[in-house]
Amino acid sequence: MGPIQNLVRIARRRSPWLFHLNTGGCNGCDIEFSACLTPRYDVEQAGILLVGSPRHADILCVTGPVTRNTRAALESIHAQMPEPKVVVAVGNCPASGDVFFGSPVIDGPLERILPVDIFVPGCPPRPGDLIRGIAKAAVILSERRNGRPSGKKGAES
Amino acid sequence: MSWVRVFTALLIFPGILYAVPMAWLMLWLERKLRARMQGRIGPPFYQPFFDFIKLMAKNPVPRSGTDEFLMTGLPILAVSAALVALALLPVFSGSKGFAGDLVLFVAFLEVPSLCSVLAGFASRSIFGQVGATREALLSITYNLPFLTAVVAMAYSARSLALVDVASAPALWVRAPVVATVLLCLPVKLRINPFSVSNAEQEIYSGPITEFGGSQLAMWELAHGLEWVALTGFAACLGLPRTGLPVIDASLFGGLSLVIVALLSFTAAGTARLKVVQAARFYWRWGMGLALAALILAMLPGVERFIR
Repeated sequence: MGPIQNLVRIARRRSPWLFHLNTGGCNGCDIEFSACLTPRYDVEQAGILLVGSPRHADILCVTGPVTRNTRAALESIHAQMPEPKVVVAVGNCPASGDVFFGSPVIDGPLERILPVDIFVPGCPPRPGDLIRGIAKAAVILSERRNGRPSGKKGAES
Repeated sequence: MSWVRVFTALLIFPGILYAVPMAWLMLWLERKLRARMQGRIGPPFYQPFFDFIKLMAKNPVPRSGTDEFLMTGLPILAVSAALVALALLPVFSGSKGFAGDLVLFVAFLEVPSLCSVLAGFASRSIFGQVGATREALLSITYNLPFLTAVVAMAYSARSLALVDVASAPALWVRAPVVATVLLCLPVKLRINPFSVSNAEQEIYSGPITEFGGSQLAMWELAHGLEWVALTGFAACLGLPRTGLPVIDASLFGGLSLVIVALLSFTAAGTARLKVVQAARFYWRWGMGLALAALILAMLPGVERFIR
């Protein structure tokens, strides 16, 4: 591996930018997600930024069970993110459907629609778990090459 | 102006070799101070550098209906314009510009802002268009006091060369001019309380919402260079010249960083204003200060009267 690729690898690990999407969840995970940005957890010290546009993002954090209405938005947002990208399923809903499992208006779980790299279970997960999941996602991101479709799976508990 | 001098200014100081690391340092300092003011730890000092490398290594996803040439060209144009503006800065007392370089400097300083207006419309996104409209509106409001202040300075120096403008005018003209330029910095850099055009969480990133990967890296760099150029301009106007290049250069860099710190504290301590409020602020207070400078510069006999 050349020095430039090495530098790019370090840079990817040190500056993961997140895009956060709620696909019809109860907002519980989103509140825990916001807690990561507060002075108590302060993810910016690890270079993690929450960005407003999927085109700026490296990591897609999905909360909620993916309802029929949000599926098109989810797919469009995932397609707009430049490679390499990583998908993190935040909470029980995108992992299994949780209490919404079996509902006729649910298209999820998330893995049926997108390749998921990291699962952070919990209802809702604690901010510490979330940060650990994002840190693992950043490592996966740094090892991924441009243009290769994501498909590698890991499990986070 | 010999070619050696031109290339030194463009490539070494205050050009690329100084400006690019300084841009990253300023972007970091702004984020770090804002974080500290909010009780957070904030990013490590290499953060903007790694952000830039990471973004450069990503290929942007093409957006349907947009012109790839424009989407790639506009951020590069913004970076080059900011670099040329920087190279014109009269840091040393002995630096020789040319007649009229003040006009060129002011024009190039405005190009990144114009590029971002064009980018907002070229990206064909609703957020980009709202951001571009706001940027264009604000550009009218802040340029009126900014240009009036520059005219006052040039009139007082009886010259359109940056070197004369930075050294000649007396204190009673210089003080209101520097105050006006400082007042215009937050809106030119799009930080709070005038972060109207790139209002995060409101219209995402404004004009640059639809740019990704290497295009976004260029926008970030252009923004950093704008920081260096604008704080450098304010530093040049208020800088005491010693004649020793090393001391002059370090005073220039130091004063630029002090201005960055002041701007960061302002940004952390204020909330975003509306376009109308921002316009009213600049047309009332900015224009008042700039007109005071102009009157002081033009009034016949004011020199004798103050002495």
